[in-house]
Amino acid sequence: MRGKRLQQIRTIADLESLRESILQKRDSGKTVIRTCISTGCRAKKSVKIIDGLRNEIRKHGLQDQVEIKKTGCHGFCEMGPILVVEPENIFYCRVKPEDDVDIVSKTIIDGNFIKRLQWKDPGTREHTKYERTLPVYIKQKKDISFNCGKIDPTDIEDYIASGGYSALGKALATMTPAEVVETVVASGLRGRGGGGFPTGIKWRICSAAPGDIKYIIANGDEGDPGAFMDRSLMEGDPHSIIEGMIIGAFAIGARQGFIYVRQEYPIAIEHLSIAIQQAEEYGLLGKDILGAGLDFTIKIDRGAGAFVCGEETALIISIEGRSGTPRPRPPYPAIEGLWGKPTVLNNVETLGNITKILSKGADWYSNIGTDNSKGTKIFSLVGKVRNTGLVEVEMGTTLREIIFGIGGGIRKGKRFKAVQTGGPSGGCIPISKIDMPVDYDSLRDAGAIMGSGGMIVMDESSCMVDLARYFIHFLLFESCGKCIPCREGLKQMHHILTNICEGLGERGDIETLTELGRFMTTTSLCGLGGTASNPVLSTIRYFRDEYDAHIYNKKCRAGVCKNLFEYYIDEELCNGCTLCKVKCPEKAITGKKKKPHMIDPQKCIKCGICYSLCKLEAIRVR
Amino acid sequence: MKVPIIVDGLRVEIDQGTPIINAARKAGVFIPTLCYHEALKPYGSCRLCMVEVVHDKQRRLVTSCNFPAEGGMEVFTDTSRVRQIRRMIVELLLARCPEVLMIRTMAKQMGIESSMFKKREANECILCGLCVRFCEEVVGVSAIGLANRGIDREVATPFKVASDVCIGCGACTYICPTGCIEMVPDEKTPRLRRMKMGNLTLVPCTNNYQCESCPREENFLAEMKNVITEFRSTYRRFTEKK
Repeated sequence: MRGKRLQQIRTIADLESLRESILQKRDSGKTVIRTCISTGCRAKKSVKIIDGLRNEIRKHGLQDQVEIKKTGCHGFCEMGPILVVEPENIFYCRVKPEDDVDIVSKTIIDGNFIKRLQWKDPGTREHTKYERTLPVYIKQKKDISFNCGKIDPTDIEDYIASGGYSALGKALATMTPAEVVETVVASGLRGRGGGGFPTGIKWRICSAAPGDIKYIIANGDEGDPGAFMDRSLMEGDPHSIIEGMIIGAFAIGARQGFIYVRQEYPIAIEHLSIAIQQAEEYGLLGKDILGAGLDFTIKIDRGAGAFVCGEETALIISIEGRSGTPRPRPPYPAIEGLWGKPTVLNNVETLGNITKILSKGADWYSNIGTDNSKGTKIFSLVGKVRNTGLVEVEMGTTLREIIFGIGGGIRKGKRFKAVQTGGPSGGCIPISKIDMPVDYDSLRDAGAIMGSGGMIVMDESSCMVDLARYFIHFLLFESCGKCIPCREGLKQMHHILTNICEGLGERGDIETLTELGRFMTTTSLCGLGGTASNPVLSTIRYFRDEYDAHIYNKKCRAGVCKNLFEYYIDEELCNGCTLCKVKCPEKAITGKKKKPHMIDPQKCIKCGICYSLCKLEAIRVR
Repeated sequence: MKVPIIVDGLRVEIDQGTPIINAARKAGVFIPTLCYHEALKPYGSCRLCMVEVVHDKQRRLVTSCNFPAEGGMEVFTDTSRVRQIRRMIVELLLARCPEVLMIRTMAKQMGIESSMFKKREANECILCGLCVRFCEEVVGVSAIGLANRGIDREVATPFKVASDVCIGCGACTYICPTGCIEMVPDEKTPRLRRMKMGNLTLVPCTNNYQCESCPREENFLAEMKNVITEFRSTYRRFTEKK
């Protein structure tokens, strides 16, 4: 670690001269290996790979010519660990620790490509050599996550060199707080945390609220299953969030900020802590920032893993040191928030947008996206798609483009069935709506929500009733339990759905679920309860036939609800390879070699081992 | 500043910003509630007090316990939508606490014989939080709190062990709408009393849950104040002797 910096950045001229001196020191011809050290790649030993590469480079005496840069998330998490060699822009994926010898000797020294580490299109089987030609990246529009995977998140100088803190400089030097607020209003930016409230309006209300003490809070309490865009942003580009917060503090007149991060995100907490410490050392946080008379400090507050603490009033109560339960609004936090003071609460991704709006202007920003949803949005594309990971697209991009264009379609040649957007409180969108543009309003009209941006893709092997039951089960334990509609309503919903999945569904259950769901939406205390019934309502709306099949025919066609289907072997397809017979734990499969096999339904426990093993797809569900 | 608002066609003058429920009570309109009390901050958990409000040509459903009254507002407390919501809440509560007399009375008034929901429990506590909030906001002791979340939420003392913070004032017993908190003399020190929850002791309302015309409700604060001072002094004397 570097020592305490003596020369702090006092003025905007200081900042610009520092940026120039950093850029001058840079050698553009130097080989830089960018390796991801975010959660996904780190889990696949990217730290070990970096150590191995260092050793190899030292062995060849190339320390001065080759630099290894630890970066944040590149976005293509499924293919991790990801490694990019600059300046050639060579892209390697699924790198293993034993590949370091080849990378250094073949690519760095000889300048050759290593074919086995290149990305291969599963359809066309073509290899991609460069990062810039990667099909998954070409179709995206990386504005907010641009720095993720490019800069070292633990080095403030790298951020400054890439143009960081210039938006702050511009705001402090040339604008008044009111002008900053109006710029954000004009940009049309809406909150990225789920509700989609216009950020500029929130700032305007808070700046107009009476009181000397105001707070700004960054909400990094991302709890949706399968969503990780906030985490990647905090891990990969923490300074953009800090810069956004300082600009927000300037606009509303706050002197203290909080970043609320889940305890389960240790790397995000580490990188944010380092970023805050460095910003303080450089004089970008603290007293009299850039000579503009702005005093601002940021503290990190760690959440203890309650999903409901992502709700704004619950989050504020949690920071105050009480157990996180939402409180009724009004008063809204922008008027009466943390410790009764006016408080602005923004999602970390929203704050990431602020720097772009300020540096490029509101007009530039408002030209991106659709009429009522501006800018780009990061989605975490997961589930049964070929290319999982983070994708950033312009608002209004169709679901087809995201799932089939960027995501590469459904795995194993299966058929697309539905996509769940917005996490557990979101809704399921069926194939009939695949050409729908993705923005706040169209998603809401389709019965789903934008949420924080999770997208779980499902194929024909997913049962929609079971899916609704899964999300309701998740919410049952993550609801705070304060208001009756959410707590008691979820309990009854879960009971009815479990019954349906177990084959005990009765006539009238669907009507009860619909009535209960609508009641919860209108009467719940907070956003969690208000959207909790979405998975049930949207699956009933689009997949009513599946509910009917479960209740009246007692059949689960997807083969998920164990009481409602059985496996059988298609005699025409089975070639008698005995694989299923050998692996069956209950010895339920009988048959002679090279002759069609049989499953004894009495013995079968429906574990699904045979179903997933059979290469001929001879094992069927009925 | 006094502003006029209309509740079910009745015009009342009320301070701007006071909760709608108070305006309705002033107009003599009954809004049922389980978690609201004038001495406490609005909590908004039972959702029973929801009303329809027309303001600035916008019609919306709000909880009357916390929504501030503003001039020109029109409040409807007995529309079909409101009745439907109340009915659903009582159905849900009846499934949770089928034995609680107050809930049964309410259900009977709405013509509900038996809950439409199949999952039945035998709870007595409806988690309105009145006891917890009264202990914290009025008594100033915070001997009990709400523990856990979701379906596991419950009223409990810290770490669920007998709390020595409790002064035995009995406020929680008094305020509990379902009567699931009982006050019993402590075996070791009979001068102190202990709250007990979970023992079947039902306290039926003598006034048919018409809180706004309740004599107990009116004298409640004065009475409570005496009770609390009395118990505090007893408690102090007891500790000093020791």
